[in-house]
Amino acid sequence: MSKFMSWVDERFPATKVWEEHLAKYYAPKNFNFWYYFGSLAIVVLVIQILTGIFLTIHYKPDSELAFASVEYIMRDVPWGWLIRYMHTTGASAFFIIVYLHMFRALLYGSHRNPRELIWLIGCVIYVALMAESFMGYLLPWGNMSYWGAQVIISLFTAIPLIGEGLAEWIRGDFVVSDATLNRFFAFHVILIPLILVALVFLHIVALHKVGSNNPDGIEIKKNKDTNGIPVDGIPFHPYYSVKDLVGVVFFLILFALVIFFMPEFFGVFLEKDNFAPANPLQTPEDIVPLWYFTPYYSILRANTVNFFWIDAKLWGVIFMGLAIALFFVLPWLDRSPVKSIRYRGWQYKFWLTLFVISFVVLGYLGFKNPDHVDLFLFKNVVWAQVFTITYFLFFFLMPFYSRSEKTKPEPERVSFK
Amino acid sequence: MKRLLFLMSLYLFSPLCIAAGESKPLDSVYVNLSDKASMQRGARLFVNYCLPCHSAAYMRYNRMAEDLDISEQVLKENLLFASDKVGDLMTTNMSAKDGKKWFGVQPPDLTLVAKVRKPDWIYTYLRSFYMDENSPSGWNNTLFENVAMPHILYGLQGNQRLAGTDPETGKPEFTLVSEGSLTPEEYDATVRDLINFLVYLSEPVRLKRHSIGVFVILFLLVFMILAYLLKKEYWKDVH
Amino acid sequence: MIDDRVDKGRRRFLTAVTSGVGVVGGAFAATPFVLSMTPSERAKAAGAPVEIDISKLQPGQMLKEIWRGNPVWVISRTPQMLESLKTVEGELQDPASEKSVQPDYAKNEYRSKKPEILVLVGICTHLGCSPVQKFAVGPDSGISDDWPGGFFCPCHGSKFDLAGRVYSNVPAPTNMVVPPYKFVNDTLLLIGVEEEAA
Repeated sequence: MSKFMSWVDERFPATKVWEEHLAKYYAPKNFNFWYYFGSLAIVVLVIQILTGIFLTIHYKPDSELAFASVEYIMRDVPWGWLIRYMHTTGASAFFIIVYLHMFRALLYGSHRNPRELIWLIGCVIYVALMAESFMGYLLPWGNMSYWGAQVIISLFTAIPLIGEGLAEWIRGDFVVSDATLNRFFAFHVILIPLILVALVFLHIVALHKVGSNNPDGIEIKKNKDTNGIPVDGIPFHPYYSVKDLVGVVFFLILFALVIFFMPEFFGVFLEKDNFAPANPLQTPEDIVPLWYFTPYYSILRANTVNFFWIDAKLWGVIFMGLAIALFFVLPWLDRSPVKSIRYRGWQYKFWLTLFVISFVVLGYLGFKNPDHVDLFLFKNVVWAQVFTITYFLFFFLMPFYSRSEKTKPEPERVSFK
Repeated sequence: MKRLLFLMSLYLFSPLCIAAGESKPLDSVYVNLSDKASMQRGARLFVNYCLPCHSAAYMRYNRMAEDLDISEQVLKENLLFASDKVGDLMTTNMSAKDGKKWFGVQPPDLTLVAKVRKPDWIYTYLRSFYMDENSPSGWNNTLFENVAMPHILYGLQGNQRLAGTDPETGKPEFTLVSEGSLTPEEYDATVRDLINFLVYLSEPVRLKRHSIGVFVILFLLVFMILAYLLKKEYWKDVH
Repeated sequence: MIDDRVDKGRRRFLTAVTSGVGVVGGAFAATPFVLSMTPSERAKAAGAPVEIDISKLQPGQMLKEIWRGNPVWVISRTPQMLESLKTVEGELQDPASEKSVQPDYAKNEYRSKKPEILVLVGICTHLGCSPVQKFAVGPDSGISDDWPGGFFCPCHGSKFDLAGRVYSNVPAPTNMVVPPYKFVNDTLLLIGVEEEAA
């Protein structure tokens, strides 16, 4: 075996890669619950790619055939239903995991110096994932697929001068049609997955260059033993590979619960209007984007007034774009001397809590009629406006509260809590 | 541009439109997918009353027979149209063009109707037809106003007139003017058979999905215990 | 970091058991993906038994039908045609159909249930072309002056007699396949069904 490995190693850095990224990659020993989501995201990416390939074998990207081919997968293809449910559930799982993964960064300052590039690549992954899921959602050619695509592409018409032409260019037609379906299929199954895989690779390369952050937000590389190994570090393999295995199996149990017992997940993962084929004559009565877009959808429609010569429609689009774009500059908005929430003052804790509440409530309101009263006292649209403001204040005020708050001293060594 | 602005506004304010069409009260139906006898009766009703105009074009006859314990003999003699083979899809003999000509709209495919409309909706709908001289078909429906579909089951239910609305529940009240071949209780049970079948039809694999799921989760639980023990063992090193 | 108190045996055992169960789980997980590539219900429905009405089939004529995507031939043989089967036996590779595929009830000198009615899958056993009928006898056939009638594969020149039996010295290795079939009545054939199973 060792003879064979040395033969390989002379030609390919197999052992070197294995050691650098697994057996001798030293990760802080105090990872907690929040550190499962990176490896889980990779697991889900693999599930999506695998199930996607097998769905492609049977799916027909043709507006006349697409809907029927999905039902063909559900009924006629042996085990096709399982593969499709894995893919639809996996899409939602991906977003849950990515949101928790991003939240972890906000908790422990994983996006800050020296890890800004990891964060930026991650933000691009997030945007690519949104594009991937949006295009994939058109493929079943259900009525919600059709109208969802119609509406989101129409967002581009808000852009002055070029908007109209841009929307037509994206659709390849004057309306969402077979041409749109066919190109979305190409983007969904090859272009964006390639980009995603490449970005995930870069994300990990950048991570392994600077090393992992930890719940204490201190650098373990500052404290090395005589061999140059961080005293608070443990090799990723076997310690974190076995630990992550537990996390992965736990995730798979939840994943299987959804797939086998509630694949529609109360109409949130698979919406009822999407069981009817696309009908250009009839918009679904309660048209709602997929749950992972609803916070932005709320922000989009929270703006109802024209000001500064710009109409409400364009403001809505601007705010929605800004809500996503602000994530990219987060590492530079944060001026706190400490990274982890454990050593921050009350202001950051307050604003982060308010941000999470805003995100969740905006997500909830995205499902609701803006004119109804589902929370209390005020119409939903008013609450959406309030929480849109708090959402943005989290970012805009960050340079001030993060600098002025009273922090606790960081410890020398990592701690288990 | 105008059209897109319209679409845009439809998107932004579409929930406003629902406000007008407040949901109507529904009667609830108990769906039981282990009641094969009921689903068999529902299948027969479906083939005799629904399939002449509606299709179930994603479903195969032999799959239905296999899942519902219908023998091939019964399938061929009672459920298949003469020209159909057992492995055929359950398409309708009525062309889309005829459907449009006769009813004004093409009758929708019913394979997934129990997913698009919920079982309670269909149950209420099929029991809410009443005589209405102003309607082209002679019938109207309190749940789906001015629906193009005639009351296909009137031979079973009889004909009813709209008598008013219950002020407490908001549900419509009917009086039977001519009797059908079934009593009201029998009719409700018959519609329930049909609903059971339609729910089955919307996802045939549901019958076996759950049992596979139990096996998968039990397996994963065992695996998780082992993985946890392994993790504990290795992490003894970490202080 | 690994100190002496570690129970290496336990560690090895747990690693082995977890890996073993993991491999079993992986095999379970792979199964649906592998099976999803087998013929679907649609493919099976297309492969369902086919009925052929032979009431209008005249002696010396042939009917073609598609069964499981392959051509199926029904030939009504005249007494002269049946006679020719005996005369060519010496020139055949497998005259008794020992190496060839057919239901037991067709493993006889006529390769059929009723001597006059022959049912064949019209595919050459060499590389899958469909042979052409050459029922004309002698020079009219364009094959040879003493041609007794049969089938000729245009792809690589294999020749078959009027029971689908392959001649010697041609590329095809075995006789043409007889599919399972049954007579529903005198004029209705059902292809793809065994007598017992139906």
